Amino acid sequence: MKTLIKISWRNVWRNKLRSLTVITSIVLGLWAGFFTMALTIGLNEQRMDGAVKSYLSHVQIHHPKFLENYNIKDVIYKPDAISSSLEKNKLVRASSMRTIVVGMGSTAHGSLGVQVIGIDPEHEKEITSISQSILEGAYFTKIKSKPVVIGKALAEKLKLDIKKKLYITFVDEYGNQQKIKLKVEGIFKTASSLFDEANIFMKREDLANAIGHSGLVHEISILCHSIEHANELRDELVTEFPEVKVETWSEISPELGYANEMMSTFIYIFMGIILLALSFGIINTMLMAVLERKRELGMLMSVGMNKSKVFFMILFETVFISCIATPIGIALSYWIITYFGEHGIDLSIVGKGMEAFGVGSQVYTYLPNNLYFNISIMTLIVAFISSLLPARRALKLDPAEAVRAL
Amino acid sequence: MNVIKTNNLFKIYQQGDVEVRALNDVSIDFKKGEFTAIVGPSGSGKTTFLNAIGGLDTPTSGNVIINNTDITKLKSNQLIDFRLRNIGFVFQAYNLIPVLTAKENVEFIMLMQGDSVSKRSARAIELLESVGLEDKLSRRPGQLSGGQQQRVAVARALASKPQFVLADEPTANLDSASTANLLDMMYKLNQEEKMTFIFSTHDQRVIDRAKRIITLEDGKILSDVKE
Repeated sequence: MKTLIKISWRNVWRNKLRSLTVITSIVLGLWAGFFTMALTIGLNEQRMDGAVKSYLSHVQIHHPKFLENYNIKDVIYKPDAISSSLEKNKLVRASSMRTIVVGMGSTAHGSLGVQVIGIDPEHEKEITSISQSILEGAYFTKIKSKPVVIGKALAEKLKLDIKKKLYITFVDEYGNQQKIKLKVEGIFKTASSLFDEANIFMKREDLANAIGHSGLVHEISILCHSIEHANELRDELVTEFPEVKVETWSEISPELGYANEMMSTFIYIFMGIILLALSFGIINTMLMAVLERKRELGMLMSVGMNKSKVFFMILFETVFISCIATPIGIALSYWIITYFGEHGIDLSIVGKGMEAFGVGSQVYTYLPNNLYFNISIMTLIVAFISSLLPARRALKLDPAEAVRAL
Repeated sequence: MNVIKTNNLFKIYQQGDVEVRALNDVSIDFKKGEFTAIVGPSGSGKTTFLNAIGGLDTPTSGNVIINNTDITKLKSNQLIDFRLRNIGFVFQAYNLIPVLTAKENVEFIMLMQGDSVSKRSARAIELLESVGLEDKLSRRPGQLSGGQQQRVAVARALASKPQFVLADEPTANLDSASTANLLDMMYKLNQEEKMTFIFSTHDQRVIDRAKRIITLEDGKILSDVKE
């Protein structure tokens, strides 16, 4: 076997140009595949991360009917009990109680439907990234009376600026129309322009005063130590508080979860197509190598090399080519993906579309390590399968004829 | 003692509508230690005959018996193993493995037979010394002349101490000096080790050294002359 491996290895380098061409094509194919996957996964992760950080967090608690029609009366029963339980839970990093009403935001320049989210600014800071996304103004630190933080997209539509007034009209729990005058303290910008246009943040106590009822909590938003803990925490809370609805981020925004699942399938299909194309390159090269060495193979069979050894010789050659190309392809991909994972790719040329999709104009590539491993295994399997046809061709040679071939 | 015996050997090809009888009822014996040349014009069936007795080609009918084994009845892998253990081949175009050195080429057959590293190495060096290539052990075929390559091919054929050596026009690509050297070497091995050599050849220099000359024409034996 050792000599067989030695012959196969040296055969790989008999025609350096040809072997290097195949190796380069595998390297580039892998790189193209990995990079496209990393870009796609990066986009999806950013979209998911943006949604989780800007509002969703990992787990949310509501009244069972609240998300159906955002009825102001569908409040969480005994929110303080839930809150103190969350404080003791080891899976929980932070939580924040929110009061939510759906209303109409108006200025002299127009009106837009908005979701008014009453928050405790200090708690909310630990849950979402709104406080870090402030472009202008401040985050509930300067204006004492009824400050509001709004998105850039809304500010542009209603021509709002810092310290400008925004009127919110909504229907209270008794069916009466209420109106609050708020003063813009900060303008934020997240990765999603749709979110920025439809959501405004104010202090929960100010909203409670406007509603005329303190202690109304419609939503408890929870951040776990890791996103992987979301399901476990949900199961615990469902058992502990059966009267409320506990959902993870993927249940609240199923489209994000679906995109994730779809992406996982898509990645393998995409890589499969690339590897299929590469396999034809390998088959072609190895067939040429077999046909060029017809006389030599005939001689080997004539002098006593049995069919299994001839088969393994061709197999080893193919696998060697892949074994050289795969680590180079992976190393190159890893380096480029890591680089763009840190520095990002500027796609501001299509920035508007990206923001509408829920990601910023700067895209960061990302590929989980297990995918490098899985694809490497896939490549070796493809190389093995690709070697079967040339090896079969070699086995079919008639030694008497092959040995006299020109 | 007969080492090879052929009985009513036929090899018939179909070329379009024409039936070609490459071997036409060939029955012949070879004894241990013979130094035989098979001669005849091109297309007379010399190579087909060598291929048949070497188990490289299956005759249309008839059989080839080597040491009481009818090799025409062996399966493909059995035949490969039989060739490995009993027959040494020398080809017209040397057919060395280009990626292996001269020594590794000679060791190759022994390696296939499962001999130990030390045994292989000692035998390869001994054979390459005997063919005058002791200073070319690490050279690859591309770094050797035609004559040197053919000497390596002979050393390879002899490495496993086969019962007999089949050589298909071994001197066809060699100059006079190389031919003379090669024939001296093979004759010496024939005399010293009683190894059976069967050549197919057109080369008068080989024919002059042969102890038995079999002439083939149109697949039939025309004459069989022993010295």
